[in-house]
Amino acid sequence: MYDSPVPETPRVILDSPEFRRLVAGRWRVSLALTALLFILYYGYIVLIATNRQLVSRPVSGATTTGILIATGVIAGAWVLTAAYVVWANREYDPAVAELRARAEKH
Amino acid sequence: MFFGGLMQTTVGSPTLSAIVSFLVIVAFTLAVTYWAARRTRSTRDFYAAGRSISPFQNGLALAGDYMSAASFLGIAGLVALRGYDGMIYATGWLVGWPALMFLIAEPLRNLGKFTFADVVAFRLRQVPVRVAAAFGGILTLLFYVLAQMVGAGNLITLMFGLPYEWAVIIVGAVMLAYVLFGGMIATTWVQIIKAILLLFGVTLLTVLVLSRFHFSPGELYSAVAARYGQTALEPGGLVSDPVDAISLGLALMFGLLGLPHILMRFYTVPNARAARWSVLYATGFIGYFYLIIPIVGFGASALVGREIIRKVDAGGNMAAPLIAELLGGTPFLGFIAAVAFATILAVVAGLTLAGASALSHDIFTHAIRKGNATEHEQIRVARIATIVFGVVAVVLGILFKGQNVAFMVGLAFAIAASGNFPALLLSIVWARFNTAGAVSSIVAGALMAVVLIVLSPTIWVDLLHHAAPVFPLRNPAIVSMPVGFLTGIIASFVAREPEAEARFHDEKLRTYLGIGAE
Repeated sequence: MYDSPVPETPRVILDSPEFRRLVAGRWRVSLALTALLFILYYGYIVLIATNRQLVSRPVSGATTTGILIATGVIAGAWVLTAAYVVWANREYDPAVAELRARAEKH
Repeated sequence: MFFGGLMQTTVGSPTLSAIVSFLVIVAFTLAVTYWAARRTRSTRDFYAAGRSISPFQNGLALAGDYMSAASFLGIAGLVALRGYDGMIYATGWLVGWPALMFLIAEPLRNLGKFTFADVVAFRLRQVPVRVAAAFGGILTLLFYVLAQMVGAGNLITLMFGLPYEWAVIIVGAVMLAYVLFGGMIATTWVQIIKAILLLFGVTLLTVLVLSRFHFSPGELYSAVAARYGQTALEPGGLVSDPVDAISLGLALMFGLLGLPHILMRFYTVPNARAARWSVLYATGFIGYFYLIIPIVGFGASALVGREIIRKVDAGGNMAAPLIAELLGGTPFLGFIAAVAFATILAVVAGLTLAGASALSHDIFTHAIRKGNATEHEQIRVARIATIVFGVVAVVLGILFKGQNVAFMVGLAFAIAASGNFPALLLSIVWARFNTAGAVSSIVAGALMAVVLIVLSPTIWVDLLHHAAPVFPLRNPAIVSMPVGFLTGIIASFVAREPEAEARFHDEKLRTYLGIGAE
């Protein structure tokens, strides 16, 4: 695809495969990460409700698996957030920059 | 106060260090307000700090806006008195932030100008949607601010011995000064200062606690188990009903995405990418906070003891100040007391600014004037709205003296999750979503949340003393949030609005590429 010498109209950008891919990709990543977040947090809640024994089991001394799991849920939530930022910086922003360059200036 | 010779505490009487810390914080934040006031000329300054806030600063401000005294004192107290249950509760408070990032942070920034109603009303008929969104927003904020004001009054009475009414009035007066004169610039910097103080104070407290246990959390947990049994480290009654626990989790997670004062903060940064980084920083700060707060709570139960904590305040809210006093003496207690006070001020200032902007930006400028109001008029109305909201907050706080308003924060989150969030998400992602859908989903979701909470054990049984609740869950989100979504979807199908549909596609350039964003 040659560099367009004339800025492309909004309609052209909107209909372009690159834009569609951008939007679809963004939601694929968002929903996947949201699903992981759900598993992490609601999985934790359901685990406590259904398997109290496991959560109460001591790991070393008085420290229970529950304490480690709760720490893991908090840390995991941040890791998921960071994963989104890494993806956005690496994949999303360059694609946005390219499409903006092609677009008609408003 | 003496406790059978076991421990003396100055909690409950104003000490020199507490008063000095308090005065220093108020003086400093008012100086910041003066500086901010001189820089506040336009609506962009008043509502959005001129969009000059950096992602790191906004991350701190978001954390400062979000971490209330209830988080700090309440969760420390919950861990102190009920052990591991407090940790379970704490995790719920963080998990909304990733959801915020994944689902709405960037589109929100791109589509809006000052408030979340900008986004919901973006391609729809302004007047009905603005009014509905302002309704949902203000309802959320009123319950939230009421809980904060009553909590503030109780806290200051408990810590400084001031009369309750005076405490509420002082909080109201100081935070009104921030917002009225300094707008979003002052509010942002007050929240940043508070966040730094809070994170620093709690970190210091954590280090001091661990230093008593050779810096081994394991040793701390053993000490707690030795004193109160291994059950202190095991889940207790908090997650007894998994459906109720999930409902609470849903409210906490998705309510965040409907809190007007949090969403407003996204407009203070230059663009969507900065908004994205803000959320990452905020999540880091808040996650760190909820990781260390349980250490403080466990330390309080092991070193101060549950009996003393309960004696000073049955709810356990004095656990953190008491352990601060034990480990750092009266000076440190004074510092922690002042930090708690700053925490309250920062949060209610943010709530008041959000309430004022719903009244002035959404109702006055858009619903009444249809977008035709000069900058000068808009700022004047914004300031009037600030006074109105602030005075209402103080009056409500005084009226509800002595009432147990802890459930109101849960209610605010439930309304936000059921009324504000569905409309916000649907307007961003669904072409068919229209004016009828937006108005009905906000109203239905919000009202359903309120009605179900009234019928729940929290009010129907505990407050109104009926034998059995009509609605079995303490948190209605698992029912009211789907109601919000379904109402919006059904109404959008029943009443077609082709212009809104067409505009959805055109505006995708702004939603995803930020072209034309403010």
